[in-house]
Amino acid sequence: MKVKMLSRNPDNYVRETKFDLQRVPRNYDPALHPFEVPREYVRALNATKLERVFAKPFLASLDGHRDGVNCLAKHPKNLATVLSGACDGEVRIWNLTQRKCIRTIQAHEGFVRGICTRFCGTSFFTVGDDKTVKQWKMDGPGYGEEEEPLHTILGKTVYTGIDHHWKEAVFATCGQQVDIWDEQRTNPICSMTWGFDSISSVKFNPIETFLLGSCASDRNIVLYDMRQATPLKKVILDMRTNTICWNPMEAFIFTAANEDYNLYTFDMRALDTPVMVHMDHVSAVLDVDYSPTGKEFVSASFDKSIRIFPIDKSRSREVYHTKRMQHVICVKWTSDSKYIMCGSDEMNIRLWKANASEKLGVLTSREKAAKDYNQKLKEKFQHHPHIKRIARHRHLPKSIYSQIQEQRIMKEARRRKEMNRIKHSKPGSVPVVSEKKKHVVAVVK
Amino acid sequence: MSANQVVESLLALSQQEELVDLPKDYLLSESEDEGDGDGERKHQKLLEAISSLDGKNRRKSAERSEASLKVSEFNVSSEGSGEKLVLADLLEPVKTSSFLATVKKQLNRVKSKKVVELPLNKEKIEQIHREAAFGKTSQILSKWDPVILKNRQAEQLAFPLGKEQPAIAPIEHVLSGWKARTPLEQEIFTLLHKNKQPVTDPLLTPVEKASLHAMSLEEAKMRRAELQRARALQSYYEAKARREKKIKSKKYHKLVKKGKAKKALKEFEQLRKANPAAALEELEKIEKARMMERMSLKHQNSGKWAKSKAIMAKYDLEARQAMQEQLAKNKELTQKLQVASESEEEEGGAEEVEELLVPDAVNEVQMNVNGPNPWMLRSCTSDTKEAAAEEDPEQLPEPVAHEVSESEGEERPEAEDDTLLREFEERRSLRKRSELNQDAEPAGSQETKDSSSQEVLSELRALSQKLKENHQSRKQKASSEGTVPQVQREEPAPEEEEPLLLQRPERVQTLEELEKEECFQNKELSRPVLEGHWSEKIPNNHPDAPKEKKKEEEMIDLQNLLTTQSLSVKSLAVPTIEMLEDEVERNQRQMIKEAFAGDDVIRDFLKEKREAAEASKPKDVDLTLPGWGEWGGVGLKPSAKKRRRFLIKAPEGPPRKDKNLPNVIINEKRNIHAAAHQVRVLPYPFTHHRQFERTIQTPIGFTWNTQRAFQKLTTPKVITKPGHIIKPIKAEDVGYRSSSRSDISVIQRNPKRVTTRHKKQLKKNSAD
Repeated sequence: MKVKMLSRNPDNYVRETKFDLQRVPRNYDPALHPFEVPREYVRALNATKLERVFAKPFLASLDGHRDGVNCLAKHPKNLATVLSGACDGEVRIWNLTQRKCIRTIQAHEGFVRGICTRFCGTSFFTVGDDKTVKQWKMDGPGYGEEEEPLHTILGKTVYTGIDHHWKEAVFATCGQQVDIWDEQRTNPICSMTWGFDSISSVKFNPIETFLLGSCASDRNIVLYDMRQATPLKKVILDMRTNTICWNPMEAFIFTAANEDYNLYTFDMRALDTPVMVHMDHVSAVLDVDYSPTGKEFVSASFDKSIRIFPIDKSRSREVYHTKRMQHVICVKWTSDSKYIMCGSDEMNIRLWKANASEKLGVLTSREKAAKDYNQKLKEKFQHHPHIKRIARHRHLPKSIYSQIQEQRIMKEARRRKEMNRIKHSKPGSVPVVSEKKKHVVAVVK
Repeated sequence: MSANQVVESLLALSQQEELVDLPKDYLLSESEDEGDGDGERKHQKLLEAISSLDGKNRRKSAERSEASLKVSEFNVSSEGSGEKLVLADLLEPVKTSSFLATVKKQLNRVKSKKVVELPLNKEKIEQIHREAAFGKTSQILSKWDPVILKNRQAEQLAFPLGKEQPAIAPIEHVLSGWKARTPLEQEIFTLLHKNKQPVTDPLLTPVEKASLHAMSLEEAKMRRAELQRARALQSYYEAKARREKKIKSKKYHKLVKKGKAKKALKEFEQLRKANPAAALEELEKIEKARMMERMSLKHQNSGKWAKSKAIMAKYDLEARQAMQEQLAKNKELTQKLQVASESEEEEGGAEEVEELLVPDAVNEVQMNVNGPNPWMLRSCTSDTKEAAAEEDPEQLPEPVAHEVSESEGEERPEAEDDTLLREFEERRSLRKRSELNQDAEPAGSQETKDSSSQEVLSELRALSQKLKENHQSRKQKASSEGTVPQVQREEPAPEEEEPLLLQRPERVQTLEELEKEECFQNKELSRPVLEGHWSEKIPNNHPDAPKEKKKEEEMIDLQNLLTTQSLSVKSLAVPTIEMLEDEVERNQRQMIKEAFAGDDVIRDFLKEKREAAEASKPKDVDLTLPGWGEWGGVGLKPSAKKRRRFLIKAPEGPPRKDKNLPNVIINEKRNIHAAAHQVRVLPYPFTHHRQFERTIQTPIGFTWNTQRAFQKLTTPKVITKPGHIIKPIKAEDVGYRSSSRSDISVIQRNPKRVTTRHKKQLKKNSAD
């Protein structure tokens, strides 16, 4: 007699180690798992709600400055080190992991207008109201040594900003003109002007490193080519631009933080129309910095909040504020794209998570899978009204909230007036100007 | 372009100036075309001169005469003639001479050259510079276009982009900066230093280096080559041995063995010739082996293997052969070599020994072949008998069986020792028989050949016998009982068929009914014809034909109703047409009617509306279970009573909103409660609502997808490594060549100076 037995491959049900998960065979027949869409919808709704529940972006506040923080700089090689310059001429170096100040330098008399690190991370430069450019060593002085700058350059006019070249021993300052300096010399190797007005900031392009962008107080943004030692083009906007920032992944894209509460992303080859107008702030935008992934940027505003914008969206995805945070003057996105730092008027530097509800630390693979799945679900159902409402909901301080309402009314009124004007005039005599084109006054060749 | 305009305007200005320069007398000629001005001007002048001769109407010329009009050698003016003076013209009257020719040439050359334009102002130059630089820069930047597009559209981006260098410094670097401080460390260091253990790269002590150097290079190479060769040979040999070992053919191995033996013999012969002493030694060795063999019982049939083979030999030809082979080997080994002792007596003795030692089985078979053995005689006869039986199996089937049983009976009393012998005997007989069979029946030979043992054969035979018997008995039965069984056999089929036959009309009926019902539901126009056809086809089969007819009537009535309804609606719509009596409009209507003659819109609309109403009506729920409480099966239907009992009638819904609106269909499907959760506007990247719905309907969760698919579906768009610095994208990251020259060197080469290339570009721009 033959005895028939079930025979199974042990690979299908035996674990390799006892720490492995038990293998559970599944039947993926869709008939056995009905209501896919409603179930996923509920999951997405829950994920969205949980995201709002866990959204706790504020991490730490670094206090120690005795005046408003005027500028920030990242260390190019070390994620934990941050430099900050204050309005009383003090420069502090912070360790983010310890959340402590590790060094304090009285760098200038008056404001520290600008600070930047050398690409190798061994030294940094500061400019101040005392018409000097100073180079400092990143490491502190040895025991018994005095805190002294490596080099000091005394200029004729006040420098309002500084930025270092991304690869070479060259830096650029701005004031009445843009100067390009060799680190070894006391005179600029090249200075470029276009018009006569004070330039508030200058930034090197991180990809095509010979390009510079600057913004002046006569409402314009000027682009320069360092190699050919000439300005390239100038665009004049409605109001003054406070600073610009280049996209670190897209060579010709930069974003300008403007006084008219908006940010403008430009393609530098076509300056007559911005690629995108980002609007959500209710006061002047003072600073902007790109995420190192080049997908988002953060902006600091006079309205006591910082906002995060995706580069391809005109509205912000996130707004951070605290009760104690005053006008935010400078903001930086850390090099690992996980955190945001902002320095504000009330002498504090604050550390935020770039993704408000993200869990910090090491994730297990299951946690990671769940996170990815939830993210995808939120993305999939983002257009559904309930989910959209929950995902968009943010608590705002009363001042900002009322400002938003007010501005909405104003905007609506303006729009209505324009529509009326078009309606009551000869067809074609009043042109319809798009929102993008509205803010560009002129492009000067 | 602007430069161009400037140049043009300048030209225009100069022309104007020329015009202003002209005397006012020539105002007439001014208005005229300048092309044919020369001749006319002269003519005019002449006329004026003539008129001035006349005293009466002498008019004071408005032109202020100047001294330059008078020809003098100090002052040359072209004003008088109204032409520009050319130097060559002045030279013309002078007699041509050799030295003047060169002057003329020079003059010609000067004439061909253009006048140098004015330099542009500084602003303009700067603008042109900027434009050129901008063009160049945007050209450089446009190389990033494909990269950026790719990155924007990428399914997934993993940052940092480039490969990262490991942050950990090599150990040598760490060690070089380290000093021994504690005594233990120092001790270890001194030891290491004594050994001259290197810390940095080569990692070989001087001693090791020296040992490396000790062997010269060539020697080392040769040695290495030798070793390599030896290794290769070994591997070849091994491979060959393995291959040969794998060969299963017995014949092959036998041949190999034989060949080896032959070779050995040949060698021995050669050895004997060449070196008798060595040969003697060899011989002794062989002798010793023989003695050892004799002492041992290795190659006899008493070993475990041999016993097992003996059992197998009964069934297996190969086992038997192996046994024989072994015995032969034994014989060979135990035989005393003749080379050593050449006397015949001893040979005879050896034979005796052989006879003694060789197992009986082998010998007796041979004897059997040679002469008749009394023991075997009977079996031999039986063999012949068997052969006879084989020759004519049909005649004598039973005796064979008996014979088989007899032979089996014979085996029992005999001793176990003789089993082997018998086996061989049987085998032999079998072989003989098979030979006989071959002679007698070529067709049957295959069988006997295949079956190796007699038992199998006998079994076969018995089987065939039985078969035959059966056959015969059947025949007999057939003959005795006649045709009865045939009838019996045929009986069951009709029995099976009968119910079918009986059923058929019924089933047809049911089908008919079904069809009727269907057509009743469908309410199509073409049905009545078919209906009539059917009724013609099966008129007499139906007991319920009148019922059928009734149904037909009902149908027709409904259709009538339908048509009338549509007509009435038409009449509702028509009055508007009739109201408008205008001829032109009527014509237009006519035209439209002709154009859309084919499609009846109103009827289509009505149909659509009816369908919508039908679809929105609540459906009845039928809860009858077929076969519950009664017979069930194919073709059986639950009774009407039961159906009535378990049919839950849907409650009449609220009246449709469009009930009284003939030209409107109001969709009542929209659920207000669900609407709050539904997307109202098609979101941006989608172009069609179906596209959007499809993305929503494909689930991405692990409940519906395999692990792999789930992972693939939920991969995040941007991946960053925690704690890693993401640097800006570099040309090298995406495979572009980054510029070799540094920016600073470029600046220092052209500090604020316009290069020749720029100048060229500038010129080109201005020329445009």
